[in-house]
Amino acid sequence: MLYREAGDFKTSYVDDSQTFPIAFDRYRYWAVLAVAFLVIPFVIDDYWANAVFVPFLIYAIAAIGLNILVGYCGQVSLGTGGFMAVGAYACYKLMTAFPDVSIVIHVVLAGGITAAVGALFGLPSLRIKGFYLAVATLAAQFFLVWLFNKVSWFYNYSASGQISAPERSVLGIAVTGAQVAPWAQYMICLVFCTISAIIARNLTRGSTGRKWMAIRDMDIAAEIIGVNPLRAKLSAFAVSSFFVGISGALFFAVYLGAVEVGEAFGIQKSFLVLFMIIIGGLGSIFGSFAGAAFMVLLPVALKVVGVDWLGFPTDTVAHFQLVIVGALIMIFLIAEPHGLAQLWRLAKEKLRLWPFPY
Amino acid sequence: MKRLTTAVLAGAVLAGPVAADLVIPDLSYRTGPYAAGGIPFSDGYQDYFTLLNERDGGIGGVPVRVIECETGYNTEKGVECYEATKGEGALVYQPLSTGITYQLIPKAAADGIPLHTMGYGRTSAANGEVFRNVFNYPANYWDAASVAVNHLLDENGGSLEGKTIALVYHNSAYGKEPIRTLENLSSKHGFTLNTIAVDHPGQEQKSQWLQIRRERPDYVLMWGWGVMNQVAIQEAANIRFPMENFIGNWWAGAEHDVTPAGAAANGYKSLNMNAVEDMPVFDEIQSMVIDAGKNAGDGSNLGSVLYTRGMYAAMLAAEAIATAQDMHGEPEITPAMMRDGMEALEITEARMTELGMPGIGPEFSVSCADHGGSGMGLVQQWNADEGSWVVLTDYIAPDEEVIAPLIEEDSMAFAEENGITPGCD
Repeated sequence: MLYREAGDFKTSYVDDSQTFPIAFDRYRYWAVLAVAFLVIPFVIDDYWANAVFVPFLIYAIAAIGLNILVGYCGQVSLGTGGFMAVGAYACYKLMTAFPDVSIVIHVVLAGGITAAVGALFGLPSLRIKGFYLAVATLAAQFFLVWLFNKVSWFYNYSASGQISAPERSVLGIAVTGAQVAPWAQYMICLVFCTISAIIARNLTRGSTGRKWMAIRDMDIAAEIIGVNPLRAKLSAFAVSSFFVGISGALFFAVYLGAVEVGEAFGIQKSFLVLFMIIIGGLGSIFGSFAGAAFMVLLPVALKVVGVDWLGFPTDTVAHFQLVIVGALIMIFLIAEPHGLAQLWRLAKEKLRLWPFPY
Repeated sequence: MKRLTTAVLAGAVLAGPVAADLVIPDLSYRTGPYAAGGIPFSDGYQDYFTLLNERDGGIGGVPVRVIECETGYNTEKGVECYEATKGEGALVYQPLSTGITYQLIPKAAADGIPLHTMGYGRTSAANGEVFRNVFNYPANYWDAASVAVNHLLDENGGSLEGKTIALVYHNSAYGKEPIRTLENLSSKHGFTLNTIAVDHPGQEQKSQWLQIRRERPDYVLMWGWGVMNQVAIQEAANIRFPMENFIGNWWAGAEHDVTPAGAAANGYKSLNMNAVEDMPVFDEIQSMVIDAGKNAGDGSNLGSVLYTRGMYAAMLAAEAIATAQDMHGEPEITPAMMRDGMEALEITEARMTELGMPGIGPEFSVSCADHGGSGMGLVQQWNADEGSWVVLTDYIAPDEEVIAPLIEEDSMAFAEENGITPGCD
């Protein structure tokens, strides 16, 4: 009834090719943005920022990045943790080397550096694919973590090998360091996340995204119709790593404030982001958000329900979490390989046909 | 609907700040590769507070409420636990993880909640003029490194000239902490130091021990934790490295670290910062906590090395609370008062005996300038036949000549980075 195309006339090509062709979707989009920008910053506290919103937004950026590579371009990558580490260490080196430059520029530059590193590690994708490419990116993961542990220049020769973010501010408001207000942390992540999502959405709707999807669906056919595999694959690696690098930089500077590479950016981080896009939905920007929200919220929700309400021992709840996440991944792979995004798509389809869906 | 609203409101009222409680969060880890160490420590920490509640009705008449939060030794979960518990009026955090400690130092400073990182964490936090609310008494990593070297000096008649010492360390902030101290000590005493890193979680150490077998160092020191310890001791046995020349730090010297290697672990040495003998307080815990079914874990860890250390940590926290209550004449203390209590803490042999744990640790007192305690540690050796640790030495003092300048340098660097003016007021 509310959710339909009828009566919403498109009179120009711009209107016709907009992201949300259905009026209801557009209003919902603006409503979500309005709540995110105008309501949440005023009610957020330390717990909600640090346990829910900031990690959700940062992981959403990482999931968008990985989804471009795996979901849109079909190149399997297990190097996400390593690329996040590149973003974090690049941001740290820039922050300490040029303290007068704005943190926003540092985060974007960190993304750029990660894009270069990602493109470098994407070179093998021109010759190998599938499982073999996964192993090559796994090598990137281990090599990068080893590098940041081994070469003390990266952590400014500190005795502990930890990097910690000095205090930096945007428009006079601290966004990193100890004195940061929860809403400032949230806002900087939200701004980066929104811009990343808009860029990613439009890239995947345009010719670049179509080239990636052509490569994903059948690389030989794509080559025959004139898609250059070198440029398509490397651009997917670069763009994907750019977003992953931004998320790594924010993860270190805004969220944790101090990281240790092996612990924060280990192989389990690569898998976590991969699970996010599998559960959320491969090849969908919405799926990246849904998957990130799911994987961030699930442990928190289980803990609140299990420990705080039901009074189970903490270790039982922690073990249950592993069981539930494992089971969900299997269920999704079997029952709904396209993830939460597909459920959302189906729901929308039914709504359009309501009251007579089939 | 009305009933639901009432229930929600009642929940909100109950969840609000409850007065007349001393809140102690316990950021424990009972899962993951470090659980073997996390479980007994957490059991000891919680059981001692339960004992105080059962026996004395709390501290100064106010009951203690322990909130357990599982971190899995993971820094992200550690931050979440900190944020989830600090609003309850947490008095002191004991995260038992160097990684989480580094996260919490700036946050806790901003919130004014003290951190007690007992024998771990950031060593230079011993300088209380810079780290106002971080305490690492009774000892820290650099003390441990120096105590180990002093023990080796004793064994070798005061000279380590020409000897080779290998350091097998957990490749993280924790394992890297002692390197700088050992480097300085090696130039002072003329021994050669080789550092060999083991990556998290440390289940795979074949290549490291192959390197040790090839290089044949005279001694091996280990900075390990969790599953890494058990693997290292097994691998050392596999290459027939003489166990009495293999010394772990105080996080690599518990029963569960040596028992998997069986008889081959006989003679393995480790440092310890607390005594391991039987103490009267254990009988009280057995009768008033475990037999009453109020214990934190399954009750099987009573008296083990890490259980004792967890209990020691709880005792130090309880004593600091009592000190704070005396200082401010207020039984329900705030985190700021707790900080003052920790800074004025004084542990004497008489007090330890009174508490039923004679000689559990060295005597020490804390001051604003020195948050680090005495820094003394002892050396214990594993007897595999009897399945017990034998204390070999008395408490050994570290070499302050080497450590003090390092602490000064590192803490001043931190003060400069973070714009802190060192001082006591």
